[in-house]
Amino acid sequence: MEFIQFDHVSKSYEKQLILDELDLYIKENTFVTLLGPSGCGKTTTLRLLGGFEKPDSGKIYLNGNDITALPANLRPINTVFQKYALFPHMTIEENIGFGLKIQKKSKDYINDKIKYALKLVNLDGFEKRSIDSLSGGQQQRIAIARAIVNEPKVLLLDEPLGALDLKLRQSMQYELMKIKQELGITFLYVTHDQEEALTMSDTIVVMNQGYIQQIGTPEDIYNEPENAFVADFIGESNIIEGIMIKDELVSFLGVQVPCVDKGFGTMKPVDVVIRPEDVELDAPGKGFMDGVITDCLFKGVHYELDVQCGEYEWLVHTTKYFEVGQKVSLNVIPFNIQIMNKPESEDEEVLKEDDQ
Amino acid sequence: MINKMRTSFLATPYAIWVMICTILPLFYILGYALTNDAGSFTLSNLTAIADPVHLKSLWLSIRVAFFTTAICLLLAYPVALILHNLKLTNKGLVVFLFILPMWMNFMLRILAWQIILSNNGILNSILSTLGLPTLHILYTETAVTLGMVYDFLPYMILPIYNALSKINDQVVEAAADLGANWWTTFTKVTLPLSKDGIISGIIMVFVPALSSFVVSNLLGGGKVLLIGNVIEQEFTLARNWNLGSGLSIILMIFVLLSMSVMNKVDDSENGGMPV
Repeated sequence: MEFIQFDHVSKSYEKQLILDELDLYIKENTFVTLLGPSGCGKTTTLRLLGGFEKPDSGKIYLNGNDITALPANLRPINTVFQKYALFPHMTIEENIGFGLKIQKKSKDYINDKIKYALKLVNLDGFEKRSIDSLSGGQQQRIAIARAIVNEPKVLLLDEPLGALDLKLRQSMQYELMKIKQELGITFLYVTHDQEEALTMSDTIVVMNQGYIQQIGTPEDIYNEPENAFVADFIGESNIIEGIMIKDELVSFLGVQVPCVDKGFGTMKPVDVVIRPEDVELDAPGKGFMDGVITDCLFKGVHYELDVQCGEYEWLVHTTKYFEVGQKVSLNVIPFNIQIMNKPESEDEEVLKEDDQ
Repeated sequence: MINKMRTSFLATPYAIWVMICTILPLFYILGYALTNDAGSFTLSNLTAIADPVHLKSLWLSIRVAFFTTAICLLLAYPVALILHNLKLTNKGLVVFLFILPMWMNFMLRILAWQIILSNNGILNSILSTLGLPTLHILYTETAVTLGMVYDFLPYMILPIYNALSKINDQVVEAAADLGANWWTTFTKVTLPLSKDGIISGIIMVFVPALSSFVVSNLLGGGKVLLIGNVIEQEFTLARNWNLGSGLSIILMIFVLLSMSVMNKVDDSENGGMPV
């Protein structure tokens, strides 16, 4: 049995099904991110593990023990809440020491722990300050400190960086990874920000509408998305309907292009996913398809182009500048063409709803 | 600058209202209080509080107001907490039900209590049907306190309910997350965070209870003489406006004192709670 295990967990609110028979396994001492759009069930999953919600059916195990009925205050799990949720009537010291005081630890032990936790989040000497005197980023660090002093087996983080500005968010990402290494405990992180997920996680769980879409390393999820939803949600993609003519040959938008995928059968409808940075632009006639540049935006590292090819408008990232109206051709090496099964059952169709 | 002028201009009707209805009468009362019927200066209207009859009434008022406030607080806090914790979609309706009595005429509601509590009233007929001894509480301090509790209860429930509603649910969850059971969460988080509501509730009940005279008129039947009744009688029966004003000023000082004590409690606890 894995360290954390969700076994056929279902949950609905007011007749709306949020999670449907969710099965999820999490290994000890990993940084796992639940990633998905709002309403995908990621926060509910976290709240079920924290003990703030009870599942309608199914079981949750931690370290082999059934914790489904265990109330939040008895679980060896601590949470960093989205809006910090610090106790406004207490000083920083009192906030961080709250859990330890309940455990009836000695005063010296508590003081040492507070000192250690404040050092870990780079806020040494803040013990006596009030919560109001802190910035958003500092409050979130205190929230992290308050959770980790209790030495939880699992730390839950519910979009903890959502309220911070971009620069601060990025530096906090590195700090969280550092804290994770220092503590050596399991982190379960919830976010809708794919960049955050790709940067920090050992494992990403992509969710949509209460179903897990794909579980994998950040590299897997980005390079080998299992379906159109994942491809679309993680980064930007050109997703085109096509037909797998035979192994290693796919047809879309009226052209036949070699690829590396096998085993789909012959004349099978599929989704073709091509990342915008994998499309190469060439002189007209040299690629597999000709088109006209309809838009060119400077994005810093690259230019973002729209290329109209008949009915379909391609999204292309290049480092070279192209004039709007310029005629070009497109090329993609077979390895960068990702073929995915089209959803067959109605259940699978639901998973795709968001990208239409 | 223009903005400032515009806002101060908008405050003019309010300023006039306060002038005519609050400040002017206050000066009149002060004028009456510090003069005798011949119009010459005297402090005797203020010192008249030392009269044993007046002192007794003042003490009775403080006692009744204190018990009314304490009972209201004990009843209102659990009610507000239950209301807040109810996972109802239509919370507004439940709150409305508690405010509803406030919309009915106050005299009518107190008169109803007179009928319920009277010797041959509903309460006693229920008690005698059940074979229990009847109660004779009408025209006693108990009846007056009961009427005041009934009358002022919503004023205690609402501010506490509001204060509880303002507490971030995640803060309460955070307490549980950190290992606090229900009772610890309540005493360490919910109760301290609803303190402002408790203080406004206490002020909103204690102050009118201290100066009330209508409830004691109807349910005390002239036998329970609160300081409010004494002042009322000085104005209406004895026609001694000077004495009535003097006692009013004394009562006002007591009201201000009790409010400043409550505010002091508020401030000192904001200053930092011991770990």
